[in-house]
Amino acid sequence: MADTKEMKKVLFGPILDNNPIALQILGVCSALAVTTKLETALVMSLALTAVTAFSNLFISMIRSQIPSSVRIIVQMTIIASLVIVVDQILKAYSYEISKQLSVFVGLIITNCIVMGRAEAFAMKSPPFISFLDGIGNGLGYSFVLIVIGTIKELFGFGTILGFEILPLIQNGGWYQGNGLLILPFSSFFLIGGLIWFIRTIKPEQVEPKE
Amino acid sequence: MSAKKETLGKTVGVVIAVCLVCSVIVSTAAVSLRSQQEANAKLDKQTNILESAGLLEAGQSKAQIAATYADRVQEKFVDLATGQYVEKDAGYDMYKAARNPDESIKPVPDTAGILRRPNVASVYLISNPAGEVTRIVLPINGSGLWNLMYAMLAVDSDGNTVRELVYYDQKETPGLGGEVQNPEWKAKWDGKKLYKNGEVAIDVTKGAKANDPYEVDALSGATLTSNGVQNTLDYWLGENGFGPYLKNQPWKS
Repeated sequence: MADTKEMKKVLFGPILDNNPIALQILGVCSALAVTTKLETALVMSLALTAVTAFSNLFISMIRSQIPSSVRIIVQMTIIASLVIVVDQILKAYSYEISKQLSVFVGLIITNCIVMGRAEAFAMKSPPFISFLDGIGNGLGYSFVLIVIGTIKELFGFGTILGFEILPLIQNGGWYQGNGLLILPFSSFFLIGGLIWFIRTIKPEQVEPKE
Repeated sequence: MSAKKETLGKTVGVVIAVCLVCSVIVSTAAVSLRSQQEANAKLDKQTNILESAGLLEAGQSKAQIAATYADRVQEKFVDLATGQYVEKDAGYDMYKAARNPDESIKPVPDTAGILRRPNVASVYLISNPAGEVTRIVLPINGSGLWNLMYAMLAVDSDGNTVRELVYYDQKETPGLGGEVQNPEWKAKWDGKKLYKNGEVAIDVTKGAKANDPYEVDALSGATLTSNGVQNTLDYWLGENGFGPYLKNQPWKS
């Protein structure tokens, strides 16, 4: 079975070396929508990490039983059930945030990272290492969301997690909030910039010229 | 082994087994968490009403909110056509009734963009400890830029002076239209007058004069949201909304 070194690679590799958003370019859609404030980005990261980890675990546990002709449907069923459970838990214990995230929790079902990891990793690997892979990819997604969420909230609203860092002019301070950063599509530029940054410090990620 | 895995019986069996297990998990979660979720939704509504009543203090516990609500708030039902109170069950939800053709009408013209309006609306009477009605909280809604916006409008017992306009459910652009929830903007409503000579006179406008009792400054960068607020107020305060109720003032008798 997997030794510690491999486990470490599976768990922490996706944060910088093999980031699901920055290198695999998966799950960008929700990264655009929920990063306006850091708090929603954090909860979304947690929800996605939980769903990816457990869907990987369960799919890997029954991987030898899944007929390949219907494997995508079986994966979807498991993922969808997990997403509904997460959504119900959020509604029960974190009502305010679940109102803000609204439809995006449900849309984890269609998040390419969850499907991608289930199909590419969990179908071929034993349960424990698949579980770690799910957590690792969740962390990679969380890393990008937290970076983008921090930048957008700090320079768009002058706050971090709701605490005022840069006092806004309309609240009697000196900082003029950046209107572009509070719109969802500004994440395109930020994610682009982040990918550029990661590939500058890790040039091996740059695709060869055609 | 892979040949065995692909038989029809096996495929159907696996699919049914997976579906059964998943449905059990989902329904267990839904049933066991339902009471908690309903309590949250109820508390959320009470919090909004208390905020517009000016009775909400920071750091209040759930029990305190429920106790204050039970003590100071009374829900009544108003027939919007006549402006008089009618009886309804305690669980009546005006926005649910708006989806039922028997309990609602199609507003013509639909200036607030609400598609259907319930015949009977809820109002919340806020009393002081002596039992006199001090504020009336009216639930209103209307289209903003992206979606319907829901608010609580609190007026004094004269039926004309605004105390609070609290938007509690809206999907406007954060930082632009979403500023309807900014405390600075909400504070601008305090003391404004709704009617002049029986006509709706409140005006959400650019460059409003702070001392003009009929003008409220529009949100900068959110013209369409501000128009939505104006249309919502025009509709709900007019003849087809709470106009007859605010004119009759049945809370005084």
